[in-house]
Amino acid sequence: MSISYDDVVAKYEPVLGLEVHVELNTNSKMFCGCATTFGAPPNTQTCPVCLALPGALPTVNEKAIESTIKIGLALNCSIAPFSRFARKNYFYPDMPKNFQISQYDEPICVDGYVDVEIETDEGPKVFRVEVERVHMEEDTGKSLHVGGATGRIHGAEYSLLDYNRAGIPLVEIVTKIVPGTGKYAPEVAKAYVAELRDILRALGVSDVKMEQGSLRCDANVSLRLIGAEKLGTRSETKNVNSLRSVERAVRGEMIRHAELLNAGGRVVQETRHFQEDTGLTRSGRSKEQAEDYRYFPEPDLVPVEPDAAWIESLRATLPERPSIHRKRLQEAWGVPDKEMAAMINADVLNIVEATVVLGADPTKARSWWLGEISRIANDKNCAIADLAITPTDVAEIVALVNAGELTDKLARQVVEGVIAGEGKPDAVIAARGIKVVNDDGALMAAIEKVCAEQAETAEKVRGGHIPAAGALIGAVMKETKGQADAA
Amino acid sequence: MSSLSRDDVAKLAGLARIEMSEDEMVNLANEFTVILDAVARVQEVATADVKPTSHPLPLKNIFRSDVVAPSLSPEDALSGAPAQEEQRFRVPQILGEE
Amino acid sequence: MIRNSAAQMAAQLAAGEVTSVALTQAHLDRITAVDTDVHAFLFVDTQGALEQAAAVDAKRAKGEKLGPLAGVPLALKDVMAQKGIPTTAGSKILEGWRPPYDSTVVTNLKKNDIVILGKTNMDEFAMGSSTENSAYGPTHNPWDLTRIPGGSGGGSSAALAAFEAPLAIGTDTGGSIRQPAAVTGTVGVKPTYGGVSRFGLIAFSSSLDQAGPCARTVLDTALLHEAIAGHDPKDSTSINAPVPQVVQAAKAGDVKGMKIGVVKELNGDGYQPGVRARFEESLELLAKAGAEIVEVSAPNFEYALAAYYLIAPSECSSNLARFDAMRYGLRVGDVDGASAESVMNLTREVGFGKEVKRRIILGTYALSSGYYDAYYGSAQKVRTLITQDFTNAFLKADVLVSPTCPTTAFKIGEKANDPLAMYLNDIATIPVNMAGIGGMSLPSGLADEDGLPVGFQIMSPVMKDERMYSVGAALEAALLSKWGAPLLDLAPVMGGAK
Ligand SMILES: [Mg+2]
Ligand SMILES: [Zn+2]
Repeated sequence: MSISYDDVVAKYEPVLGLEVHVELNTNSKMFCGCATTFGAPPNTQTCPVCLALPGALPTVNEKAIESTIKIGLALNCSIAPFSRFARKNYFYPDMPKNFQISQYDEPICVDGYVDVEIETDEGPKVFRVEVERVHMEEDTGKSLHVGGATGRIHGAEYSLLDYNRAGIPLVEIVTKIVPGTGKYAPEVAKAYVAELRDILRALGVSDVKMEQGSLRCDANVSLRLIGAEKLGTRSETKNVNSLRSVERAVRGEMIRHAELLNAGGRVVQETRHFQEDTGLTRSGRSKEQAEDYRYFPEPDLVPVEPDAAWIESLRATLPERPSIHRKRLQEAWGVPDKEMAAMINADVLNIVEATVVLGADPTKARSWWLGEISRIANDKNCAIADLAITPTDVAEIVALVNAGELTDKLARQVVEGVIAGEGKPDAVIAARGIKVVNDDGALMAAIEKVCAEQAETAEKVRGGHIPAAGALIGAVMKETKGQADAA
Repeated sequence: MSSLSRDDVAKLAGLARIEMSEDEMVNLANEFTVILDAVARVQEVATADVKPTSHPLPLKNIFRSDVVAPSLSPEDALSGAPAQEEQRFRVPQILGEE
Repeated sequence: MIRNSAAQMAAQLAAGEVTSVALTQAHLDRITAVDTDVHAFLFVDTQGALEQAAAVDAKRAKGEKLGPLAGVPLALKDVMAQKGIPTTAGSKILEGWRPPYDSTVVTNLKKNDIVILGKTNMDEFAMGSSTENSAYGPTHNPWDLTRIPGGSGGGSSAALAAFEAPLAIGTDTGGSIRQPAAVTGTVGVKPTYGGVSRFGLIAFSSSLDQAGPCARTVLDTALLHEAIAGHDPKDSTSINAPVPQVVQAAKAGDVKGMKIGVVKELNGDGYQPGVRARFEESLELLAKAGAEIVEVSAPNFEYALAAYYLIAPSECSSNLARFDAMRYGLRVGDVDGASAESVMNLTREVGFGKEVKRRIILGTYALSSGYYDAYYGSAQKVRTLITQDFTNAFLKADVLVSPTCPTTAFKIGEKANDPLAMYLNDIATIPVNMAGIGGMSLPSGLADEDGLPVGFQIMSPVMKDERMYSVGAALEAALLSKWGAPLLDLAPVMGGAK
């Protein structure tokens, strides 16, 4: 029954479709003036508009429109001269109006693309992911399910609703179908989301924190026999919340589909939910009979018709494309392709850059993040971003090493301490009593003590028998808890 | 010309989240055969060359600047809540997922 | 005192001949005396009104500069959110709901120190032409308590006709201000769409809804119009332009040289003889006053009713989705183990009345996939054609006129079970909403056959609202000198017609 990934891609061609929802980092919500601060006490950032009280009306946040146009431009889209909001009608308690103000057949940005480069057996290869549309909409509230199996909706006895998130500007970025990625489909999916995230971060339009849900990915996967025309039935895996998970989810779905198809079964068109722990997906709502959203133009809002001048003024603000930025960094740092690829793959490029900006030299910064810290992240099976260590900490540690305040060995202890949550480097150093001993007083005292204890050996050394010194130094090191500078 | 069956009404009532008795659905289905014939007259003149009007005024690009305005106090926000708990709206269990 | 016009009351207040507290108390007493028969009010804010009146009197004593209607009482249609005051839109699903915010109209009324007496009855969510669809029982027409006061704003128009208030706020989606005015012998104006903010107006059909002033004279209506109108950043569809000079127009009442277009399609068959007679008579008076009467044709108006009963239900099916028992209002069936979905279904079954459900289902159908183009889409095209008809007609005339509705007030219950017959009441008022232009109804006399009030409708182009006030004031003056007294003085003594 179980089938290897190689067997899957030997027989089937995966076809991808990616939907990314991004929360914009505006000060106020999409359609009202409520603040958007993450983690505020429940229902403290709500008003008649975002609670959908009778009589309330939406008003459009201009910054959100500008951010969306910037995103469109950065993704090589054309900006529609006429675009409109539409109501997507369906009932759900976390959506106060019981319709979402979104866009339907008149989105603001269409027909773009993102080029992503990944390592293949034949070396680096560029895949073009075509973007169908970028449109504006609003986020929903958050429900807390009490009783029953926690977190999951089924079995909950009742739910508690917090509408602070309701109405936060969302941008939805939808790709066209992505064929031709073959066995690299999982890597392409991951690289696309990573590239998208880097572009959005560079634009400064979103926090793009997948773990906080400000960037959420839905991955559509279907398989068809290699050479076949007709697309297979797709499954839609919702809210995949890390880059690693995107890759795992796509790979997992490819295998699941293949097993079904090989066993003569059929794939059900449905939404599935990715489970970080197992890396598997579980079935959600079946989409066999597509629901009827009864879209129609939002009568409380007027059309958005950006003129050329406005669009060009926004284009002028676009930052350097991340791909170009990376090339520039590589030259500045003098890093070989392989190392660069390694950093991108480990997703540490931004952190390393930040560390370098803080004064660390690129080689040291890279080796810390890519080496020791990546290793710890792997052991903990979590993302580097989730570790309690920051570029500032690493830059500080590197500086201490350069200043001879720490040995590499001690620096590793400090890094461990910081990650263990013992505080900032100086705090860890103080708490653990880590210190390179360079005041001769302490050292001489230690040496005299050792010499006294091992008078014989000391004599030999004084008599010119150098090798014996090793024993002494070892002892001194022991005495000074390894903090003596052996040289 | 156009008419609705009792089952059509049942489906629509489901979409609109309105519980309906058997009689109600049958009655509505009957009324609709009359009403739909009346409203279907729009098709007589709605030819392809006519542009639709979704709004009476030719307005465009009406925006608000991205400035935070005061929200309601949580007390006011929850003042109409049929049930509340921990400063949240308490609602019956939500079945199915979005 | 309570039979005076709002303008006269304002003058007396300004001259210190009467206090706002006394004036307000007089109206509260009148409400106590007659409203058990009329049932114009759903909620009377006795304490709030008197406090507001006292505050105005204090300001006046301090010599503060006050608005032209400061201290004059008003009746507010229950579809307008007023902070802390029960607001139901005539529906059971909102019973007991007290908004934590003020609608912009209420904010403007308070800014102008207009005293709010309470909330008036209406067809549930403004869906109806008789106020029989209110979840709280019908309102009775002061001219004949066995008859309807029109709808949806029957409470506001009845309150005016019964002298329970000299001013009232209405909302007009397909005629809900003008038709009640017509059948109660009062004046009602639907301003240009976007002329008065919709923020805080509980939405029925967003692209058609428009709040407006109601009163017993054209001038009072104009004064109230200027008090509530103006651009509102909270309403994206609000017009950012100066408010038309309607008070000036109403004071001048000058129609010399004006071209008045009679809409051929809004007369004739289906219009009661008495209605047509009063209409012809008014045309003659306007001609005498110096206006030129021309005939215009609007061939697509015959499709307006059909388009309206697709567009309004479609928008309402979406606008009313928020009434789901989760955040406010009625909640039914919340027993152990019940799901949110079942509670929504049960609450909406119990909380909505027959007509509201009928329109929600109709709208849900008109928007559903596969039918959108045939119904909602086609209706929007008809809307374009109707707007074109108006544009062409306004090339030939400065304003357009017609009877406000085909008949006088019918008996309560008479059409309750015939939706289509009920819908026909709005045949002459609906085109105005479809095009977003201004419309006014004022009394043109009584129908000979039943002695009930007849309404005369005046339509003016977008943001040219002052024109309907010029014509309305001129006609009102001519009729007044003909009658020798205001029409309402001919109304039978309250209850006498029972
Ligand atoms: Mg979406
Ligand atoms: Zn808000």
